[in-house]
Amino acid sequence: MSMQSLDIKRRSATTTPPPGVREPVVAGGVAKLIDVSKCIGCKACQTACMEWNDLRDEVGHAVGVYDNPADLTENSWTVMRFSELENEQGDLEWLIRKDGCMHCEDPGCLKACPSPGAIVQYTNGIVDFHEENCIGCGYCITGCPFNVPRISKKDHKAYKCTLCSDRVAVGQEPACVKTCPTGAIVFGTKEDMTQHAAERIDDLKSRGYENAGLYDPQGVGGTHVMYVLHHADRPGLYHGLPQDPQISPMVAFWKGLAKPLGVAAMALTALAGFFHYVRVGPNEVDEEDERKAEEEMRHD
Amino acid sequence: MTETEAAGARRRGLILRYTAGERTNHWIIAITFVLLALSGLALFHPAFFWLASLFGGGPWTRILHPFVGVAMFLCFAVFAARMWRHNLMTRDDARWLRQAGDVIHNREDRLPEVGKYNGGQKLLFYVLVVCLLGLLASGIIMWREYFSFYFPIWAVRAASLWHAVFAFVLICAIIVHIYAAIWVKGSVRAMVRGTVTPGWAWKHHRAWFRQVRKEPAGE
Repeated sequence: MSMQSLDIKRRSATTTPPPGVREPVVAGGVAKLIDVSKCIGCKACQTACMEWNDLRDEVGHAVGVYDNPADLTENSWTVMRFSELENEQGDLEWLIRKDGCMHCEDPGCLKACPSPGAIVQYTNGIVDFHEENCIGCGYCITGCPFNVPRISKKDHKAYKCTLCSDRVAVGQEPACVKTCPTGAIVFGTKEDMTQHAAERIDDLKSRGYENAGLYDPQGVGGTHVMYVLHHADRPGLYHGLPQDPQISPMVAFWKGLAKPLGVAAMALTALAGFFHYVRVGPNEVDEEDERKAEEEMRHD
Repeated sequence: MTETEAAGARRRGLILRYTAGERTNHWIIAITFVLLALSGLALFHPAFFWLASLFGGGPWTRILHPFVGVAMFLCFAVFAARMWRHNLMTRDDARWLRQAGDVIHNREDRLPEVGKYNGGQKLLFYVLVVCLLGLLASGIIMWREYFSFYFPIWAVRAASLWHAVFAFVLICAIIVHIYAAIWVKGSVRAMVRGTVTPGWAWKHHRAWFRQVRKEPAGE
């Protein structure tokens, strides 16, 4: 959604800088911190997301796990992922992660998007889809290192978590944060959230989770949605959270160097032709050629 | 049909190079190529996004491009199948290609005699075949509406990159192809009206010129 009150830092498929006269007040932007160790899997955040954004997913089928719906969809911008882990002590650990857009500082979706202004990143770090500019190509899915965007089967537009950019714009926290009954989800400046996470990690370490840590992957420049994980050394345990996510080199080249190089080479090819014509000139058939052909035909 | 076309050309002192069917097929491919290049560039580089307006905006560009692509592939497949036997590389073609300097400087008398197609045209033919196959395969994988969800994400990413690479090679090859037609006078007429003068055939495709003379009513 377009938010005039939020300044834009990056705009998809745009080669000139966006208006940047206003310096962001908070340099690091905002962040949502999800403390996995405090999550009880109640799905209130999912409900709040549906409520605030006026989304109703189709009633699906039970697939034998608690995840409901089974995956992110254009109507479900966040989904609790339940993973069962049998740890070294032989105990069961139920790892519950709130999945959704990570709001990467270096967003692969925005890099891949071919439609000007369909994806923007605000100066506060929120990555937002402007569906009115979306053409439905799905390049954002190709570019995303976290498998988050979904294209609607109905309107062929891409959707994902907005980090409640509309609420944040007017000084409110995202709906999921507001509703979380255990305080597992908190929202503030990225600096404050990092600090808060450090306290939580100290606490977890003192309780035996020596590998507790913050998930703020630097491969994508850090994220504006971060996790406190009890097993930060193995993020894959949490329903395949990537260890070191980054924009795929194939996408980086396709949407990076390939663009100027490709266009330049095509232009040069055409120019080479033009100057060949100017310097060498056309290859024409003259009277002499016609005469020789005639001669040969007569001998047949 | 072919008999009368070739005979008609001969009656007018000309040689038939392309039949009406071949010309039609060629120009359908050419039109689809232009549509694909314009819509593809719109999706490739922001500098060309305005070209999407020619197709009714971004969403329509996204919808139309792959269907036009399939149409181009099918027409090209027919065209290539018909042309295949004329495009087998020979030792002379390799020599022709090695003498690219003479080709570029219009020193045609130094080049080996050429059949229906010269080494450069044959090279173009193979480049087109490879590019069209690559574009079809990668294009299907990245066709989000119907096919992408059947493929793992790494395949979609690779297909997106390769689609751009094949398209780039194809566009450059077609720029050369179009320029060659402007450069070698009489070529555009051959593909628009179907005929060439005996002198044109003698100068540019002497072996083909002699072969056609031997066939009573053209090939």
